[in-house]
Amino acid sequence: MSAFNQNRSRIVQLIFIGAFVLITLQLINLQVFSTKYKMAADNNAFYRKVIYPDRGIIFDRKKRAILENTISYDLVVIPAESKGTDTLALCALLNIDTATYKKRMRDLIFKNGAVKPSVFEPLLTTENFARLNENMYRFPGFTLSERSVRSYPYDCGAAVLGYTAEVDTGFLRRHKDEGYEMGDYFGTTGLESSYEKVLMGQRGIKRFIRDNKGRIQGPWEKGEFDTAAIAGRNLYSSIDVELQKLGEKLMENKVGSIVAIDPKTGGILCMVSAPTYNPNYLTGNQRKKHLVDMMYFDPRKPLLNRTVSTTYSPGSTFKTLVGIIGMAEGVIDDQMTVSCGGSYLGCGRRMGCHAAGTFTLKPAISKSCNSYFAVAYRRILDNAKVNNRDITLGLFNEYAYSFGLGKKLGVDLPSERMGNIPTAKYYQKIFGKNWQACNIISNSIGQGEITTTLTQLANVMAIIANKGWYYLPHLIDSVEGGDDYEMLARFKVKQRTKNIAESIFEEVHEGMQGTMEFGTGAYAKVPGINVCGKTGTVENAYRGESLKDHAFFGAFAPRENPRIAIAVMCENAGYGATSAAPIASLLIEKYLRDSIAGPERKAKIEQLSNMNLIPPQMKRLMKPEPNTIKKENIKKAIAKN
Amino acid sequence: MNRRNNNIATEGIDYTVIWLYGILVSIGVLCIFMVEYKAGSNWLSTFLGGKANYSKQLIFGGVCALVATFILLTDSKIFTAFANLSYLLGILLMLATFVLGKNINGSRSWIPLVGGFNLQPAELCKIFTSLAIAKFISRQEVDFSNLKSQLIAGVIALTPAALSILQHELGLALVYLSLLIAMFREGLPAQFLIIGSCFGILALATLIVERDALSITLTILAGLIIFLAYRQVRKKQRLITITAILSIWILCVGVQRYVVPYIFNNVLECYQSTRIYSMVGKDYDCSLNKKSNEKVTGKAARKPDDYNVRQSKIAIGSGGFFGRGFLKGTQTRGKYVPEQDTDFIFTSLGEAFGFVGCAVFLGLYLYFLFRIVRIAERQRSTFSRVYAYCVASILFFHIAVNVSMTIGLFPIVGITLPLISYGGSSLLTFTVLIFIMLRLDADRQMVLR
Repeated sequence: MSAFNQNRSRIVQLIFIGAFVLITLQLINLQVFSTKYKMAADNNAFYRKVIYPDRGIIFDRKKRAILENTISYDLVVIPAESKGTDTLALCALLNIDTATYKKRMRDLIFKNGAVKPSVFEPLLTTENFARLNENMYRFPGFTLSERSVRSYPYDCGAAVLGYTAEVDTGFLRRHKDEGYEMGDYFGTTGLESSYEKVLMGQRGIKRFIRDNKGRIQGPWEKGEFDTAAIAGRNLYSSIDVELQKLGEKLMENKVGSIVAIDPKTGGILCMVSAPTYNPNYLTGNQRKKHLVDMMYFDPRKPLLNRTVSTTYSPGSTFKTLVGIIGMAEGVIDDQMTVSCGGSYLGCGRRMGCHAAGTFTLKPAISKSCNSYFAVAYRRILDNAKVNNRDITLGLFNEYAYSFGLGKKLGVDLPSERMGNIPTAKYYQKIFGKNWQACNIISNSIGQGEITTTLTQLANVMAIIANKGWYYLPHLIDSVEGGDDYEMLARFKVKQRTKNIAESIFEEVHEGMQGTMEFGTGAYAKVPGINVCGKTGTVENAYRGESLKDHAFFGAFAPRENPRIAIAVMCENAGYGATSAAPIASLLIEKYLRDSIAGPERKAKIEQLSNMNLIPPQMKRLMKPEPNTIKKENIKKAIAKN
Repeated sequence: MNRRNNNIATEGIDYTVIWLYGILVSIGVLCIFMVEYKAGSNWLSTFLGGKANYSKQLIFGGVCALVATFILLTDSKIFTAFANLSYLLGILLMLATFVLGKNINGSRSWIPLVGGFNLQPAELCKIFTSLAIAKFISRQEVDFSNLKSQLIAGVIALTPAALSILQHELGLALVYLSLLIAMFREGLPAQFLIIGSCFGILALATLIVERDALSITLTILAGLIIFLAYRQVRKKQRLITITAILSIWILCVGVQRYVVPYIFNNVLECYQSTRIYSMVGKDYDCSLNKKSNEKVTGKAARKPDDYNVRQSKIAIGSGGFFGRGFLKGTQTRGKYVPEQDTDFIFTSLGEAFGFVGCAVFLGLYLYFLFRIVRIAERQRSTFSRVYAYCVASILFFHIAVNVSMTIGLFPIVGITLPLISYGGSSLLTFTVLIFIMLRLDADRQMVLR
């Protein structure tokens, strides 16, 4: 009977094999070919705790910390695990409504996925932190993550030091392999941005095993694969924070900038851009609001660094350069005289002048005689030996380039502008092949197409002080633990101007000292110190409306052994001698003497600080607008973006 | 027949099976140990302490060894003699659960015993039913090729299954269906299996394909078959053929449109329907389910999700090719898989030892099954053969369904992994099942009818 059905034993075995093969195939599918289960398992079981390193501290030249860290807390959420959170309570604690909560959640999931931790509310206030910390058990999926936040103990140097911001998706895309993650902060401007690489340090990651209820079971593999956070490196800057503070005080209620350089090293001693803001304004949890306010609604544009990102016509300060080049080329000498009746008429047009008389180079500098430098400039261009203005202008420009003009200096700040030293090609386009020196005579007094940044001007002062050499102006002298990225190498290379005899500089020094003693810069005198300076006054217009002149002042001191070269610029301040020059003098005194001596000088600080030189067109904009609706509209537009 | 053989009980015993049994039980204890293990605890003392599940399982193993020895020492005639009686006892015990039953995990299928142990009669009934079927088929007057005896055998198998369903133990009920494999070997027409699998395929298609689309597909298919058959079939038979095809078509569409939804909505519980739907990656709307609607008493029925399967698949999938290593499974340590020491024990194996480990394990089991089939085929007596086939079928069904449900190939039903899963009832049942077979096999030279 059994023999009858014997072949069915094979079928039974085939059924067994069939089922096992099916199971094996599915196992291959699950275990060998799909990676998603492994990832899901890691998401289940690992709690990755990011250990944020402290960013590097920036010290000033006397090792005082001007940018350091304090501790703040972020509320971090893993959206996938936030089911069961007491939403209402959380919203009440954070003072938001549930719609905002939902919207934020949606945005986070959209940006960063549901299983990765994202920052829900950054930089909690201490009060919020305390309240949340007590109630965390009610909010599964939420954690409080400690992070260190920047702080600026001296409340100054905003434009120089810069600020950090949370990385956005665009930034992450651009810096894919540099280890940034959503929620990280990076240096957006200033030194924070330039030295991001060394300041950021390295994030550490600790992995913990957790169970199905989210309870931490202990470190994974005894922490074998954890990485320790490596703190960012500290930077030593050449800034003198007291000088910086004084500069910012003096520039209150003004638009303009100050750059002071140590001519011996190229280290920038202070760098003020006015109007400025308290840098601590951009660290708390209100930073976004403040940033938007300053970026879009403040007509004074406090975020603009006017020392490197704005270019001006250099004005009379440029005359020193014209004189030096003329002398170096031998087209003028210390014996040449030019008489001026109050204006220069050599080009058919009247070019006004501040002083009348007969001048050689020295008094011409001291008195800032336009005619003298117009003549000098024409002689340079119309050099009989060359007899080709294209070439002579090229030669002139070569000198200018060697003084660091017309190109980016390479200061260690982002968004530096290059200024403009116009070339013969440029003039050929405008005036035709046979352009004349007279076409561009305004350049001789720093008014024409020539533009420079204030840092470039300060650097020119340093070059004159050094008599022909300089180091690239820079803010950071050294990196703690060594400059591994060679970021500072270029600042250690001595740069030289085109060959210029020392005696020429001697002449110019003489003239610049004269400025202080009996010339246009008398206001900038510092008792007991030989200061060499040069004023500058730049005509300018805004939307066709002629405005008060920009006031410039460039100087270095002491003449015998220059330790500070400075350039000050006050926009629309009128005649340079009354605002820019005294500001420079106070800063020079402060730096060289370490303090301001005498009640008279101290009163001067207050007087200058209170002097309101905000240009009228800006004042008009600053008035509270009647149509606030417009502002709201703009805000909405920004929010959309 | 040799006199010596009769005197020595150990003669003729298949040691391969005993070795396999030992290895599998050891793997089981290790798996439970992996699940229970906590880093830093002194495992040796907990092992000896008898508190943890793995040490309990070890004790169960010891008890089972005693029972196995006892079975091997008995006379095999006793099994044929008491087959029907034991079946009756099993049915009585199952009925008793309705009175004495204790509710564990939502099923009233346990009878509490002394010492905190619980007995699940439905488990034991597998043995008794196997014996009863073997007894019935092996009777001289039974000709299994006729329908009547097939029906009687079916009733024997399905009575405990029906009782299991009443106890809310769907998984155990399904196990009795596996006895059809044994009956198939004994001559049950293949049509039963074919029609059964056709119904299965149709039900699955109903789940996956949209309702109207499936109806249209079936109609087109029927039309096509009629068109093709029309010329092929002789004139006289055309009417019959077309009627047959049409009635099959009506049956199919009826099953697809009404029977399957009726089963899901009215026969099965909401969670069962959800599990089946989730297997094909769909959501089941519980508001359609009659039973869940009856239960609504102010409290909204919690929507059961596919958490178990998802976690189980994650755990197995995360093992990768070589696995994470012994005691290194993060999912096992984190207790992500529910019921991991019983129904989902396979996940700990999958996570720790990966595909390689699973393949070896399954290979071991397949070898075990083939060994049993080989034992069955070498029996002289029908009783022994049918019984051995029953054992193979039950073991096979358990393994296939349990492993399939952990990897998402089968909806979740409460079926243990034989010899591996934690639990005394299960281990004892399979021990008795296997060792009775070994005893019968040892006496294969004797003709027991």
